[in-house]
Amino acid sequence: MSVRGVAATVYREGVGALGVSSVGSLLAGSLLGGLETELQRLPGLLVLVPALLATRGNVYGSLGARLATALQQGLLTPTLRSHDRRLYNALVAALCTGLFTSVFAAVATVVVLWLLNAAVAPASLVAVSFLAGLASGIVLSATVTGVVFVGYRRGLNPDTLVGPVVTTTGDVFGMMFLYLAARVVLAW
Amino acid sequence: MVSGEWTVEAIVRATLPVLCVLTLIEIGSGMVLHGFEATLVQYPTLLVLVPVVIGTAGNLGSMLASRLSTALHLGTLTFGTNALLVGHVLGTILLAGTLFPAVGAGAWLLTSVIGSPTLGLGRVLIVATLSGVVLALVVVIVTVSATYIAYRRRADPDDVVIPTVTNVCDVLGVLVLFAVAQLVV
Repeated sequence: MSVRGVAATVYREGVGALGVSSVGSLLAGSLLGGLETELQRLPGLLVLVPALLATRGNVYGSLGARLATALQQGLLTPTLRSHDRRLYNALVAALCTGLFTSVFAAVATVVVLWLLNAAVAPASLVAVSFLAGLASGIVLSATVTGVVFVGYRRGLNPDTLVGPVVTTTGDVFGMMFLYLAARVVLAW
Repeated sequence: MVSGEWTVEAIVRATLPVLCVLTLIEIGSGMVLHGFEATLVQYPTLLVLVPVVIGTAGNLGSMLASRLSTALHLGTLTFGTNALLVGHVLGTILLAGTLFPAVGAGAWLLTSVIGSPTLGLGRVLIVATLSGVVLALVVVIVTVSATYIAYRRRADPDDVVIPTVTNVCDVLGVLVLFAVAQLVV
């Protein structure tokens, strides 16, 4: 295929998904604006926001890419009915790494702010991180698996779907569960 | 092939060290946000733009990385003056050139609907487009080099490249956005 042909394919396959994901990120942006009160009552939460959102994208983006490559190599069938051991292992591994990384991010934030003598709420930050990580992990692994499998069965390129779907749902669900976890911890 | 070993332990071992390093980089991005908190509160449009500009740049990168990775696994991609590689890079830059102005307009519209916009449409468009184009160039350079390094070291690009690209975009995205905002606003 010519350079122009490849570029046109990349553009055509990407523009729809990226457009949709931009709308999702705009929603996440307005949710970030709505977190104003929580950001003030939980010092350190703003520092944690990029790390937590990135963890969602990293862990479940990697899961999606893994599933997409395996589907195209014929190592995986796009159905849950086969009770594929590989699929379950990939899901369990994603959940474990996602949770561990979330808590690690909270601890690292606490240490950095503590070293800088800045205000920080250690126990609350770790609790918010853990709760948000667990809730978004469950929702995101289901979403990523579903979208990649259904997309592949309908003849779409799963690689093009993974990035935008993960970033959009990661941003929106990540921000939503961060908001809910902050409310729960503050009400405790 | 690394992607053949699908045990929980193998996947965790392959991804967790990278994730911890990337998390520390993200904390750096968070500290930049922390330092700019006053500006963000003053211009809410910029706060809405933060996830969008970062997210769109990250999407472009992970899409490019994911496609290159699969092409490597399938054996259709070689590094050098390859039509497949050049076409991917060109398509990615075209996507950025059309998406970022739209993203800026969306952020302006959203803040206009929610509250009072403190930044004019023209300025928001310039901020979004300029940071978008700068970021797209960074995305392409980082993605292609990361994929190449992973390939040369016989690591699975799926495990390494996408996390690296999205996180570099996050940190640089925050920095680029504020550098451009300082120039324009």
